[in-house]
Parts: sequence; structure tokens; C-alpha cells
Amino acid sequence: MIKAILIFNNHGKPRLSKFYQPNSEDTQQQIIRGTFYLVSKRDENVCNFLEGRLLIGGSNNKLIYKHYAIELDILDLIHVFVETLDKCFKNVCELDLIFHVDKVHNILAEMVMGGMLLETNMNEIVTQIDTENKLEKSEAESLQPRRQRLQ
Amino acid sequence: MALKMVKGSIDRMFDKNLQDLVRGIRNHKEDEAKYISQCIDEIKQELKQDNIAVKANAVCKLTYLQMLGYDISWAAFNIIEVMSASKFTFKRIGYLAASQSFHEGTDVIMLTTNQIRKDLSSPSQYDTGVALTGLSCFVTPDLARDLANDIMTLMSHTKPYIRKKAVLIMYKVFLKYPESLRPAFPRLKEKLEDPDPGVQSAAVNVICELARRNPKNYLSLAPLFFKLMTSSTNNWVLIKIIKLFGALTPLEPRLGKKLIEPLTNLIHSASIQLCVQKLRILIEDSDQNLKYLGLLAMSKILKTHPKSVQSHKDLILQCLDDKDESIRLRALDLLYGMVSKKNLMEIVKKLMTHVDKAEGTTYRDELLTKIIDICSQSNYQYITNFEWYISILVELTRLEGTRHGHLIAAQMLDVAIRVKAIRKFAVSQMSSLLDSAHLLASSTQRNGICEVLYAAAWICGEFSEHLQEPHHTLEAMLRPKVTTLPGHIQAVYVQNVVKLYASILQQKEQAGEAEGAQAVTQLMVDRLPQFVQSADLEVQERASCILQLVKHIQKLQAKDVPVAEEVSALFAGELNPVAPKAQKKVPVPEGLDLDAWINEPLSDSESEDERPRAVFHEEEQRRPKHRPSEADEEELARRREARKQEQANNPFYIKSSPSPQKRYQDTPGVEHIPVVQIDLSVPLKVPGLPMSDQYVKLEEERRHQQKLEKDKRRKKRKEKEKKGKRRHGSLPTESDEDIAPAQQVDIVTEEMPENALPSDEDDKDPNDPYRALDIDLDKPLADSEKLPIQKHRNAETSKSPEKEDVPVAEKKSKKPKKKEKKHKEKGRDKEKKKEKEKKAADLDFWLSTTPPPAPAPAPAPEEVGVNAVTASKDECEDTKTEAQGEEDDAEGQEQDKKSPKPRKKKHKKEKEERTKGKKKSKKQPPGSEEAAGEAAQEPVQNGAPEEEPLPVRGTSASLCLFPTCDVRGSLQEDSQVTVAIVLENRSSSVLKGMELSVLDSLNARMARPQGSSVHDGVPVPFQLPPGVSNEAQFVFTIQSIVMAQKLKGTLSFIAKNDEGATQEKLDFRLHFSCSSYLITTPCYSDAFAKLLESGDLSMSSVKVDGIRMSFQNLLAKICFHHHFSVVERVDSCASMYSRSIQGHHVCLLVKKGENSVSVDGKCSDSTLLSNLLEEMKATLAKC
Repeated sequence: MIKAILIFNNHGKPRLSKFYQPNSEDTQQQIIRGTFYLVSKRDENVCNFLEGRLLIGGSNNKLIYKHYAIELDILDLIHVFVETLDKCFKNVCELDLIFHVDKVHNILAEMVMGGMLLETNMNEIVTQIDTENKLEKSEAESLQPRRQRLQ
Repeated sequence: MALKMVKGSIDRMFDKNLQDLVRGIRNHKEDEAKYISQCIDEIKQELKQDNIAVKANAVCKLTYLQMLGYDISWAAFNIIEVMSASKFTFKRIGYLAASQSFHEGTDVIMLTTNQIRKDLSSPSQYDTGVALTGLSCFVTPDLARDLANDIMTLMSHTKPYIRKKAVLIMYKVFLKYPESLRPAFPRLKEKLEDPDPGVQSAAVNVICELARRNPKNYLSLAPLFFKLMTSSTNNWVLIKIIKLFGALTPLEPRLGKKLIEPLTNLIHSASIQLCVQKLRILIEDSDQNLKYLGLLAMSKILKTHPKSVQSHKDLILQCLDDKDESIRLRALDLLYGMVSKKNLMEIVKKLMTHVDKAEGTTYRDELLTKIIDICSQSNYQYITNFEWYISILVELTRLEGTRHGHLIAAQMLDVAIRVKAIRKFAVSQMSSLLDSAHLLASSTQRNGICEVLYAAAWICGEFSEHLQEPHHTLEAMLRPKVTTLPGHIQAVYVQNVVKLYASILQQKEQAGEAEGAQAVTQLMVDRLPQFVQSADLEVQERASCILQLVKHIQKLQAKDVPVAEEVSALFAGELNPVAPKAQKKVPVPEGLDLDAWINEPLSDSESEDERPRAVFHEEEQRRPKHRPSEADEEELARRREARKQEQANNPFYIKSSPSPQKRYQDTPGVEHIPVVQIDLSVPLKVPGLPMSDQYVKLEEERRHQQKLEKDKRRKKRKEKEKKGKRRHGSLPTESDEDIAPAQQVDIVTEEMPENALPSDEDDKDPNDPYRALDIDLDKPLADSEKLPIQKHRNAETSKSPEKEDVPVAEKKSKKPKKKEKKHKEKGRDKEKKKEKEKKAADLDFWLSTTPPPAPAPAPAPEEVGVNAVTASKDECEDTKTEAQGEEDDAEGQEQDKKSPKPRKKKHKKEKEERTKGKKKSKKQPPGSEEAAGEAAQEPVQNGAPEEEPLPVRGTSASLCLFPTCDVRGSLQEDSQVTVAIVLENRSSSVLKGMELSVLDSLNARMARPQGSSVHDGVPVPFQLPPGVSNEAQFVFTIQSIVMAQKLKGTLSFIAKNDEGATQEKLDFRLHFSCSSYLITTPCYSDAFAKLLESGDLSMSSVKVDGIRMSFQNLLAKICFHHHFSVVERVDSCASMYSRSIQGHHVCLLVKKGENSVSVDGKCSDSTLLSNLLEEMKATLAKC
């Protein structure tokens, strides 16, 4: 099972955190920091797997990461995720993640649910996201007249 | 733009959305915390508004802040408000916030139950989807219980989008509410074959995740997964399934064979060797990820094919030098599995050089533990030279700053205790450790390397007879610096100083050196006070006890009384290793109350005898106080005797020959560091090498020598048998087994109490959430297990009225019983044979690739063509005799032995009966068979007319079974078969307390009420007054349906009439034919054609001659008996289709010739097909 999905920038700022196991805010922050510490220490030309350390919650866990420099097995999942983000945001960059963390969450929710893989077919994910966005838009339109009235 | 203007006009705090918040935080880098707390205040204001849009916006911002580490649990109620918004936009925000911040401790979470239920049943799939996604993150046991049924319903939703989410979330529900697993499982299983690949993959995901934890419960799914594996193209699904099989194969070895072919197809490489070679290329690649994955895969292969991986040792060792720690650790892991007797020393040597080079204590500690793991694995299986191992351990003590001192110590103790031959060497090494100062220096660190002193002190004390220089060691142990050691180590020092002292005393007295003895005593008296002052209670207590003892000895010595004997008697006997779990496993004998006094307690000193040895010194210290010294010897002797007695009764004690421990040999030595003496014909010291390398060299030479000798012997042998063929194994390379250990190693196994099973049960964590999911899934559901408000979809399925059978139990008197015996024996033999056949057939059908030999011709004539339930006559008679025997008729065999009397006459009669029975069953016109339907079967009473007068006493009952087999399987309740049995009471007694017990086979099991064991019967829920019949239904779970199946069973009942009640039994046999697993399913011709084209089906055919029936009737017969439907009919040719309860497609092409009929069949399972055709042949043969 996937325990958590984290995105952070080169300075360790979290851009998205999704934990599939209950943790207190403090533990979450600790894990984020610990993960960043572990990953940032690693050279660029080493592998993307890190095994059981105290920092990531014990020896049964594995940390699998991918470094996206400029634009922004699980490894594959990370790739699918990033590509999906790319499609949804039209060339995703860190700023997109910063300002639209809610959308990123929505996309992730279509891929992984409760720590388990839900869908890996990118087209399927994008279709669902688009439909949801349309739904949201139509709801917003129905909201518009009320706003105008308020004005 | 318009929106901007709107915003401007409303109160400022309303319009800060998530983007504004993020921007604001970025603009306030220096006072971020302050800015955020200001924002939180604003959010609090916003949450007070009535407008849901404002609230949603506020919650959205909170979600972001939560990611930054702010606690937002105070807003839980507001989150729920937003969740219940009618608009999807807000609902989604609410659920996201909930999924990020809710957990089991959130108290308002129970308020969400109804809202979630509403959303789950919402007409919009996205509302439902968002609710499922959210719930998957915060589901609690309560929510799981309340919503399990709703989610179950969603698993059959029309939209695959919902279905896959519902399937996936079930895993979380199971975890929180394990009771839901069994009721939901059939549907989950069904989803494995969902037409949508997403749903299918979700189901695979969930089941694999479940099965990973409790694989044995999922063994029955193997065929299904096998099918998926061979058909699926989704890589994710494939990976999951292969992982699952990895967990299943150890449980069912035959599975492995079955898997080889498709798996090799998957990897496209026929041999592991090739696979490993490819992996080698991966590992050699410069891409670190490939390298990592290659190593990972290697470790998987290693488990099954260690040999092929071992040949790549060089490569793995190279990886130890990799700059990437992840790769180094992986390589270490691999090494663990690669060691053999041959290469252990080499690998460890390499590791030792890495220990020296390693930067950072973490990796070095990792190396250290791995070295110890590698060496100690499987009870030191690979160590041929323990001297080498001890010196490795000693070398490891040079590691600075390790946290694993205790590990090394434990190894030293273990080896020294369990390998008797090594003690002498170990003691010499340990004494030099005690002597060296560097270990003492590190004493400040907890768990540091100074822990090894604990082991060193104990070994030197306990095996002091091997010490070269006991006096020197004693002094080393009494140094003032020792008091800087941690308390528990000092305590061991104190205790073992006495042991040493005792052995020195003995030695001195034997040599007649009274002065020397007194000097040692003086040394003790001088140095012990430093321990008496220790802050550690244990040290202090031990030291003061011992000090008193020594002072007492000093007094005795002054009077020239020999004391050595008595002092060393304190430590007589040998300590044996005890398994860590031994204490727990000692069974308390029946009737023993451990708390009760055996004898009334006399005095304190009496009860002290029972104390464990470790506290004996206390006793010694006390003794001089209140007892005259003259009594000592006597007292000691008495105690010794008592201890011997105790040891004799002690289950932990191996009774050994009298310990040589205290026989001390005085070797005059002047060197400070003792030189090891090894009985080898090779030079001892190899200059310039560290210690352990010496042993590597020695070992190599020793092995070489050994080999030479062996070769010589071999040559001789060869000369002897010159014409003998060359054997494969006699290649000059030495295999592991050839290497004999250097010392005659006697590894003492740890002791366990008798009868104690070395189970690992107590290792299991009782808090493991997966433990609760260890549930038998093959057991049919009991009513109590249904989920609340669960609806049943009971698909209408065709019934399979199988007929012509009807076995009977006759009334018989006691008299014929005896006569029958011979026949009965015959019957039993037959049965045995039958049982054997059955067993062979039971060996899982699915696993056998070739269909097992067709069962021998049915043993009893009645069985021919019997489809559903048969109580064959033989058995009926068996039963009858048993049932009508005396009260104690359970085992008829004994009676058989008792009275072998002539019984020809009766036998003849029986034959008559049988033939009559046969006739009867044959008499049944085929038409009536068809008309009979399921329940309205014509009772055929084999032998019933021949009934003899009722017995005078005892049984008067007879039962008739009118079985109908009613297959009520569907894809939902897959593999379940309901058997309806009609019971008719033909006796004049009331029958009650009826219980049906069936001997389960591997493949078929009767559903029993929850909690009952396999041997329990299932009660029949009614009584039968005379002349009444009723139908009882029993559910069977069938794993594999590809073969027909017979089950033996017994119906036990109480017959009650005016004369009293008797317990009686009736044996019968259930016959599940393959046809009964089929469900009449209509099929369109185009679908049929597609099916045939798909090429997935295997083919088989039969031909029956001599048929005169019209084609129309023939088809009707096949449809009726074998549950087929006609797809298309052209002249005298027809295509037919049916589907099994497990989803096998069966297609038939029936052609009628002049006088014959040929049936060509295609089916997704060849065994099923051939069995079906056999059955069909039997039906047609009767036309």
C-alpha cells in the first residue's frame, strides 16, 4: 500500500502532501522534513529508491522519489502523475502546484485512493477531471446571477 | 473581471481565496507565522458566515494550511458543513479537507455517517466518487460498519467509475470492520471478472493486498488468478498477481509447477540462469535505478535458486563499493543469502574491509549487524571454523561508536556456551579483551562496544578452567577503572570474579601454595570494596555479599582450613543454553498448583535451596553469620546433593557427565597475552596479517589437506572399481558438504521443554491490523454474518433435476445381520477402494494438468447414471447393519471379527434383492425421468418389499432419502451448490434429532453453522412422524467444478416409538456431476461464433452409436439433463451453449447421423469438457 505521496521543492517546502495513514500534523511535518532530508542528501546520479530508515517510519517502508529539475514502480506512478499534471495544467510548473494545490489533490484522488492504485490510464484520469471541472463550471455559472444580484 | 469587481465590493475578508493566501504567504517570508495566524483569524470569521461559498473557500484555505503543519481539527464541524453542501464544487472541497484532517479521534466524524450515505446514493456519479475517495482516507470502524452495505451495493453500480472506487474502498472497510470481509467477499471475487479493466484491477489490488497478509485463505482463488494472469494485459494487474502467487506458492507447492509455464511466457526467458544473466547486465549498467532493481530482483531469485545467484558473487561484492547507500544495502542483503560454507570467510573478509572504510556510523552498524547475521544464520550452519568467528567478533570490538555492542556480546556468549570445543580459545580471547583498555574507554555510551565486556567477563568466569593466566585476568577484572562501566556489566564482573577466585583457590591449594591462596584472598578483600560503593544496587548487593564471603574464607585460611573445594562447589555444574521461549512453553502439569506450598515452609534457609543459582552467593554470605564454620562441609554437601536433585528434576538441565570444570591444570606461563594452541600440522603464525586472516589461511590449508586426503581415498576407490562409471558428482570442485568443520563442533541446541512446539505464534503482534482479516473465506456464509440490510440478488437459475437413484435403508431384523457380514466385508473392501479412488480424484482437480484416470466402473449398480445423491445399496446395507445392531453399534468392524459365521444363505438372498433393485431402477421409463422434475420423484424402494418382520427390540425405523440436487450457484455466489434432500420416514417411529454429516473433500465442503468444526453434523431442522416426508437443504462449497465429485456422508437420527428411543445411522453418498454445475444460459449465435473464434477454448468430442430417438427429443434430453440451451439448429445439426457456475463457457455441436450422434464440444476448461462429454455419453447411451 502507498503510505503517502509528497511533492516538495528543492528547499523542502511541501507542495502537496497526501497521507494515506492517519498521522498527527506534527508527525506529518516530521516525515516531510525527514523525507526531504534523505532525498536532498542524495546525489543526482544515484537510484531513486531509499529503504527503511527511522526518518520514514521504519524498515518496512520504502521511499521512492523522482527529481524534476526544471519544470517540475511507483516510479512509474510518479511519472504518470506528473504527466497527468502536465496535461491538466498545460506544461506544469511549480507555481501551478503552489497555487492550485486543491486541483492537484483532485487529480491525485483520481489516481490513488486510500493508498491504493485506482487508475493508471492517463486518458481516463484526464477525462474524469475534465468532466468534474465542467460540472464545477456549470455550478459556478448558476452561482453567477446571485453574485450579480448581490452587487 | 466581473468577479473581481464583485469581490471588491464585498467585505475585504470574504475574497481572499487560496491563491491569495498562497501569494500572501510568499510575500511575507519574514513574518510568515504571524501572517498565517492573521489569516486563520480571517478564516474563523469566514466560517461564521452563512454563505456556503464563503465557508467552502475558508475550508479550502485551511486544507492548505494543514499541509504546512497547522492543526485544523477545530474546524472539523465546518468541514462537515461544507461536505454536505449540495454543489459538487463545495462538496469536493469539504471531502478533501476531511480526508486530510479527519482521523479516528475526530469526534464529529460520526455526524458524517448519514451525509456520506446520502452522497453514496447520489444520482451524480461524481458526488458518489468524491464521497468514496474521502471516506477511504478517514473511514473508522463505526463508519465501516454502518456503510459497508451501502458500499457493497455500489460495487455493482452501473458506472465503472463508481464500481472501481467502491471495490477499492472495501479494503479499508475490511481493515476497520473485519466482519464485513466474508459477506462482501463473493462480490469482490466476482469483480475480478468485471468487464471494465479498471474495476478488475481494483479488485485484484484489494484481494492481493488482503492475500499478502493471510495467503492461505486465498489459495482457492488461485485458479481464478491464474486465468487472469494468462489473460490480462494490464501490467499493474500482472505485477500484483505475480506477487500474490509468490505468497501462495509456498503454501501449495503444486502451484509452482502450474505457474512455471505462463510465468516463463511472461518473462520471455526459459531459464532462471538467463534471467540472472540479464539481471547482471542491469546491475552492471551505469543507471543507478536499473542497478537497484536488478539487485532487488536478484534477491527474489536468490530465495529459490541460490546457486545461480551465487555465481555472481563478484558483482554483488563490487556493489558494496558503490557510492549509493541504497545499492550497498541491497547488496548486503543479497550477500546474506549467498553465503555457503565455502565462501563465508571470503565474504566476511570483504565486509570487514568495508567496515574499516565505511563512513558514518549508520552504514557501519548496518555492516556489523549483517556480518553477525550472515555468520549466525541457521544455527551457524556455514561456519566451519569457530576460532575464526571468535576472532572476527573480537576484531569487531574495535569499532568505535557502534550501537551494537550487545549484539557482539550476545554472539560471543552464544558461541562460547554452545560450541564446547571453542571454549578454550574463546576464554583466551576474552581474557585479552578484559585486559585491553580501549573497551573501557567507551564505557559512557549506552549499548556501546563496552557491552562485549559483559560477555567477556562471564565467559572468563564461567569457563575459568580454560584460563591460562587466571590470576592476571582476575586482576584485570578488579581494576579501579572497571567501576566506570555500566551497572549491569559491573554486576557480571563481580559475580565472575568469584568464579575466577574459586578456581584460583582450587589451583593454589592443590599445588600446596597456601601463601599464594591467601594472597589472592587478600587481593579480593582489597579490591572488592570499590564495588561495594557502587551506586548501582545490583553491583552493591553482590559485592557486599561476596566481600563478606571472602572475608570469611580469609578467616578459615588463617586457620589453615582447606576451603577451595567448598568455594568451587558454589559453581559446580554446567549451564546449558535455554531457548528464549522455553519458560513460556513449559506446560503446567495437570493438577499442579504452582502457588500452593508443597510442604509447609520450615524456615528461610530451607526454601533458599530452591532459589536459582544466580543468587547463591547471597546465601553464602549469610551463612557464616549464624552458623558455626564446622558445619560448613556437611551443609555444603547437603546442598550439593539438593542441587543435584534439583538439577535432575529440572527440565532445563541436560544431565551431563560430571563436569571437568574444576579440574585445573597449572600451566606455568609468563606471557601476558596467552598464545592460542591449535592442534594443526601447519605453522601457527602468519606474520603481517590481522588475526582473523590467520584463520582464513589456516582454514584454507586445512581444507586443502582434507581435499587431498579425500582425493586419495577417492582414487583408491576408483582403482578398486575400475569399470565403474564416472559419477557426476565426483568433480574435483568441492561442494559445501565436503567441507568438514575444523573442530568437532558440537553445537548445543537451545533447550526447550518437551512437547513444546516451536511455533512462532507468540511472535505475532496482537495489534497487527491484518490479523483480524485472517478469515476463512471458503466457508459459506452463515445467516448471522450478513451485513445489515443486505439485499440478496438471487438470480434465477435452472435447477438440475437429477434422478433415478434412490437408495434406501431397509428394515431388517437382527438375525440377518450376522448373515450379512461376509457381504458387508466385501462392501467394505469395495469402499476402501472407492475411497482411494476418491482421494486421488480429490487431489486438486485444478492442479492436475492431466485428467486423472477415469474412476473404475461404478461399484454398485445403482450408481450408474445417478446424478445427485446416491445412497448405494451396499452402503445402505452397511448402515442398516450398523444401525440395527446393538446400542453400541458405532464400529461394526469389531463385531465382524468376533463372529465369522457361515452366511451363504443370506448372501444369496441379498443378491436377489439387488437384482430386483436393479430391475426396479431400470424399469423407470425415461419419460418419467423427465417428468419427474425436482421434487416429485418417484420413490424407488430398493429391496423395500423384501422387508422382513420388524425386529423384536431396538430399531424399527427406516428412512428413505429422495434426493434432488438443486444447483443454485450463480456468478454472485460462485461455487456454491445447494443440495435438497427429501427424507421420508417409512417406519412407525418418530424420527428426530436428525443430523447430516458429510466427509468434506479438498474440493467440496459442506457449509456448517459458524463455529462448528469439520466433524460436526448439520442438524436437519425438522422431525419426521411416521409416513411423513420433508425436504432439507444443505449448501456445499465447491472449489473446482471441472470434475464430478462424490461425497460420503452419514445421517444420524433418533428413532422413537413406544418401546423407547434408539440412535441410528444411515450412510449415503452424494454425487455431484459436472452437468449439475452448469447453468442454462441463453446465447446469441453471433456471440457464440465469436466465442468459438476466440481460440481460447479447448476441444473434445464423443460419438454414440445405436440411437433411435428423434433429434428433437435428443436435444431436449441434453437441454434437460445437462442444462444446455440450443443456440441454432439446422436440420440434424445443432449448436448448444451453457455456462458453468464458475463462468466456463461450454459450446457444443451436436450432429445426428443414421444411427449415431456425435457431440463436439469446446470449453474453456478441457477437463471439465471431457467429463461433461462422458456424462453426456452415458445419457445418450440410454436413448
